[in-house]
Amino acid sequence: MSTNLPTPLLEAKAVAKHFGGVKALRDVSLTIRRGEIYGLIGPNGAGKTTFFNCMTGLYVPDGGGFTFDGAPLVADAPQHAAARGIARTFQNIRLFGNMTALENVMVGRHVRTRAGIVGAMLNTPATRAEEAAIRQRAIELLHYVRIEERADDLAKNLSYGDQRRLEIARALATEPKLLCLDEPAAGMNATETEELRDLIEGIRHDGTTILLIEHDVKLVMGLCDRVAVLDYGALVIEDVPAVVQKDQRVIEAYLGA
Amino acid sequence: MSKWLNPRSFFGVTLITIALLGLPFVAAMGGQAWVRILDFAILYVFLALGLNIVVGYAGLLDLGYIAFYAVGAYTWALLASPHFGLHLPIWVILPIGAALACIAGVLLGSPTLKLRGDYLAIVTLGFGEIVRIFMNNLNAPVNITNGPQGITLIDPVAFGDFRFSGNTQIFGLTLSGPMKYYYLLVALAILVVIINLRLQNSRIGRAWQAIREDEIAAKAVGINTRNVKLLAFAMGASFGGIAGGVFAAMQGFVSPESFSLMESIMILAMVVLGGMGHIPGVILGAVLLSILPEALRYGVGPIQMALFGKMMVDPESLRMLVFGLALVLVMRFKPAGLWPSPERKRELGEKQAEVKA
Repeated sequence: MSTNLPTPLLEAKAVAKHFGGVKALRDVSLTIRRGEIYGLIGPNGAGKTTFFNCMTGLYVPDGGGFTFDGAPLVADAPQHAAARGIARTFQNIRLFGNMTALENVMVGRHVRTRAGIVGAMLNTPATRAEEAAIRQRAIELLHYVRIEERADDLAKNLSYGDQRRLEIARALATEPKLLCLDEPAAGMNATETEELRDLIEGIRHDGTTILLIEHDVKLVMGLCDRVAVLDYGALVIEDVPAVVQKDQRVIEAYLGA
Repeated sequence: MSKWLNPRSFFGVTLITIALLGLPFVAAMGGQAWVRILDFAILYVFLALGLNIVVGYAGLLDLGYIAFYAVGAYTWALLASPHFGLHLPIWVILPIGAALACIAGVLLGSPTLKLRGDYLAIVTLGFGEIVRIFMNNLNAPVNITNGPQGITLIDPVAFGDFRFSGNTQIFGLTLSGPMKYYYLLVALAILVVIINLRLQNSRIGRAWQAIREDEIAAKAVGINTRNVKLLAFAMGASFGGIAGGVFAAMQGFVSPESFSLMESIMILAMVVLGGMGHIPGVILGAVLLSILPEALRYGVGPIQMALFGKMMVDPESLRMLVFGLALVLVMRFKPAGLWPSPERKRELGEKQAEVKA
């Protein structure tokens, strides 16, 4: 199957990160292809979130690096990652609590818009037009994740499931090429997980590549095109779910013997 | 613009306009001192709204805000007084003052970008004191600020031949100096309100609020937090600089004493007490906190005489006691401020309901 592979969107080459003596990532190399849903799993403390944080610029890796969309990713500042087209959600939801749901998504448009402070003070026609476009797009995105009726509520007053959806909408507002979801199904019941699954498939269908970190093995195996398993900071295997599920090392490391 | 044509808001705007225009004449009945108090109230509205950008929107606790006010005031004092023999016009001095304050804001902002909350408060507090002490000591070896004696005989605000000091006759009305300054300050305050409103619902304004709420999430959606924070410091500082210039011109005298830590804290208290981030609340906080101490100054003595027939307590110390008590009570019973934004009010209301349930 090596002949007609889709082009890689993200390549990690020997990414290493240690905190003092703890080796959180040991030379992890993996490839995410355009248009796929890529799962990253592993036991607690395996380094999944550390990998995520290196990629999105929250941490600077101690070794190795990333190539994203054909160019090296200078991962030293999160805002650059967002500008390049990598958006993320957080394991422990990080919304702008005292802003409304709509405003949260509007903040997501920041990186794709231009209006400066002078334009805002003078309220120029260009600023007004851009502002209207931002609002319009944010409303569309709230519809897309189906929480439009909560648009004017403060983010912190939304239900847990809606907060997860809002975080995804905010990430989508940055027009990402790669959407990284850090344990989006954590704390969700079966119905909510099912709805989330539909949402993720929809996003992929609309052309965004997805990297999914998840504890829910059933969700990952059912949803992902390919899966990578991390254990003690090292990559165990990277393959399609059917193969990964049967791999002896994975069963020992993660799925439980 | 259509909302201005709405009869109800038109009525409201007309009423507020008449009240704002007539207020100094009412105050003048109690003497020009009250018009001056009114002037300072509006000046504090201006300052508080400037600080509101830094504290209310961007959530950066700034305890050295008065330093920018000092920079603006001294800029005016040095460029329009016999001290250096310079008498530049307002449209030269005010932009220079605003620009210098803006630079000071960036200078303060750059080393503190990674600090938040208490730590930021301590650094800004130190900065405010540094500026004051500089003004106090820059009289030797070269006399720049004239040290603790301050600078006197500063030019008043003037547009061409129209000077803001002394009396003027217009349409048969006699306008005193403080009254003219009042109208100037109201115009400036309206301008700063409009700017605050526009910034609040702008791309940059939302970025400020996002940083206030969660800096890591703000970075993750691509906000350059360094630049956006510096912008908040610079904006707030520029307003402080303009206010300082008008203050120097109005007083005709500046000295380092006017820029003590207490002033920074007062302005911060206006923002917090009124309702952080909510423009009407900040205005209310500024007006109340600037007028209340003065009202107490004039009220405490006569009330004691009426009640007890003699002075029980020194009015000056009782004034600060009542003032402090008022602050404590407001923070106890209205933790979000006297006039919080509807969202914040709703949220605190819900919290209280939870506690009761």
